[in-house]
Amino acid sequence: MKLSQLKKGAKGIIKEFTDLEMSVKLMEMGCLPGETIRVERIAPFGDPIAISVSGYQLSLRKREASTIELI
Amino acid sequence: MKDKLRIALVGNPNTGKSTIFNALTGLNQKVGNFPGVTVDKKIGFSKLADGTSLEIVDLPGTYSLYPKSADETIVFEVLSDRNNTSHPDLVLIVADATNLKRNLLLYTQIADLGLPVIIALNMMDLAAKGNMEIDIDGLAKRLNVPVVPIAARKSQGIEELKKAIQYQTHASFQNPTIDVEVIAPGLIRAISDELNLSNPYVALQIAHQYKNIRYLTKPQISKIEGLEKQYHFHSQKSQAAETIARYNFINDILLDTVKYNSVALEENISNKIDHYLTHKIWGFVIFILILFAIFQSIFAWSEYPMYLIETVFVWFAEMGHRFLPEGALTNLLIDGVLAGLSGVMVFIPQIALLFAFISVLEDTGYMSRVTFMMDRLMRKVGLNGKSVVPLIGGLACAVPSIMSTRTIENWKDRIITIMVTPLVSCSARLPIYTLLISLVVPKKYVLGFINLQGLALMSLYVMSIMAAILVAWVMKGIIRSKIKGYFIMELPVYRMPRWNNVGITMFESVKTFVTQAGKVIIAVSIVLWVLASYGPSNKFEKIEQKYDAPGLKSQYSKSEIDRLIASEKLENSYAGVLGKSIEPAIKPLGFDWKIGIALITSFAAREVFVGTMATLYSVDGDATKMESVREKMAGAKNSSTGLPIFTVASAFSLMMFYAFAMQCMSTMAVVYRETKNIKWPLIQFTYMLVLAYTASFIVYQLLK
Repeated sequence: MKLSQLKKGAKGIIKEFTDLEMSVKLMEMGCLPGETIRVERIAPFGDPIAISVSGYQLSLRKREASTIELI
Repeated sequence: MKDKLRIALVGNPNTGKSTIFNALTGLNQKVGNFPGVTVDKKIGFSKLADGTSLEIVDLPGTYSLYPKSADETIVFEVLSDRNNTSHPDLVLIVADATNLKRNLLLYTQIADLGLPVIIALNMMDLAAKGNMEIDIDGLAKRLNVPVVPIAARKSQGIEELKKAIQYQTHASFQNPTIDVEVIAPGLIRAISDELNLSNPYVALQIAHQYKNIRYLTKPQISKIEGLEKQYHFHSQKSQAAETIARYNFINDILLDTVKYNSVALEENISNKIDHYLTHKIWGFVIFILILFAIFQSIFAWSEYPMYLIETVFVWFAEMGHRFLPEGALTNLLIDGVLAGLSGVMVFIPQIALLFAFISVLEDTGYMSRVTFMMDRLMRKVGLNGKSVVPLIGGLACAVPSIMSTRTIENWKDRIITIMVTPLVSCSARLPIYTLLISLVVPKKYVLGFINLQGLALMSLYVMSIMAAILVAWVMKGIIRSKIKGYFIMELPVYRMPRWNNVGITMFESVKTFVTQAGKVIIAVSIVLWVLASYGPSNKFEKIEQKYDAPGLKSQYSKSEIDRLIASEKLENSYAGVLGKSIEPAIKPLGFDWKIGIALITSFAAREVFVGTMATLYSVDGDATKMESVREKMAGAKNSSTGLPIFTVASAFSLMMFYAFAMQCMSTMAVVYRETKNIKWPLIQFTYMLVLAYTASFIVYQLLK
């Protein structure tokens, strides 16, 4: 399952990334394999989304979220 | 210890880095530039108890030494190049205690560069409230680095921080964090040998960034390029491996030193606030209401201080005319310099208020929510959620806003944002709008509380933003690019604004406006006074001779003749000639030659308009009786028709012109610096001029 498919309020654990370039940027921001992610909010027009990760909130677009595979 | 210590302040965005900077330096700071780049270099000065003077350099906020934007490249350059004029003796890393894991990533990178470091662990008060226990001594011991707990917003721990700086030696003792050499063993050694480096992590960073590092020479760059091929170096893979290793190191330490008892309270509150502030409907309603409130307050609160400043200048001018000897120098001083100065000073209240509001929006964390809400919408028109901040910042000034587009990683999004930002009504247009609106819009209240003048002003602002969006949408179709953009942004928890910071922002912005724009305005005022006071060849003499005729003397009183002479002189002055020469082109817009003069002079900077009007109308007419510019303009009549010059049609037409035309040298200079291509400022200037002329023409012809 991909992060972009997660509903508001749902949780998941990061398994891997499908895009190397994105993964470097996401990992720097604390999205690491094994971290638990929770979808906190979805923006009024359906994109981007806000997630909780590593103890803070991060917003990213659905296209970026779709490169994160969850366990 | 030596007498002078240079400290670099480094940290993630939203960690309170600037609060600490302000707390350490107070108002004792200046803004400069790093040589060769346009990144603002904030330097502050302070003194330690033992008399050591500190020079503190505030580096751009970044999550990592790997730059995501042009701004962030400077951080590694300054820290790794001993010959850099800003190279520090000591690095002060500001880390957010409530978000330690991600904040420590930057720490581990900087620690590995081998400079002496101190960690300022900020937001300790919030960490405690969030039921989080941090073993400070344990952390310091594990890293072997001084860790100073502080709560910068409450000014707690600043003295301790100064002490830690005082006791820090000039050698670095921090424990190594990860084994850098294993990431690219052969390459690191080869680059170290090539550049004579002693630190392996500097070599690794250079391996990633060499193309953008300005202190490397061309032969060095091509040598590194060759080495990377030889060792099969893959930048992204290596970076991924490094980041994972760093987080392993961090997790290990945090496991022993931090205890979480429950979810942070602040975050829960933030979530509740966000439920409304980023709500599908309420989110936008609140956003509009906030903008509405800001513009209403700017008008309401600045009225009295503006009146006060105006009165003081009128008094000075009166005193000057009464007590100074009559002559060209006195006239230059009063009608040139003083009139120009008054035109600058009178807008200080509005600029201060606008910057204060923008800094509050940034400081509370609301601005990033606006970015979050608007991203989808902005993408539709070829922009990016991150374009919202430059666009809103454009309400204050396009120059810093265009510089702030460097946070937009995607080239096309960034170019479009740069191209449309100057359309957003900046504070320099505010004086013009205020003046013209107060001339033609009655000061009435609709529904009891909506100030009609405020409403007119807000419509102009809304229009400017819509124009920016529309132009962006058109450009989206024209500019081609293959690179995909991305959008990864922290949503900081809501915080109360730091009034101290807001105050400093207000002070700094006013200082910049007065010194930067003020210089231009006063210089232009003086040139203008000369242009308006002197004319080609012997025309002035002829005018004097004409009115010396006995027939006229019996017909008019002395003061009437003086006024006629003055007005005819102005018409025949250099300024008049210039204004008249463009009159045919601007007549369909409802402008006369005097406005023509103002348009010409304000092509350098819009603010000059009001100063020009001040000069033109105090030169024209009875010079001994001072009136404020507004009254003079209201009384201005077209010399051929006798009708007032500033009607609803011509005033709004003029506002349209100022709304759309690119009348700002500084903006054009910045666009050139940021795009490194003369094509962009030229395109921008042209399209904006066409837009301005068309809009003015339509408005004047419709309202006439």
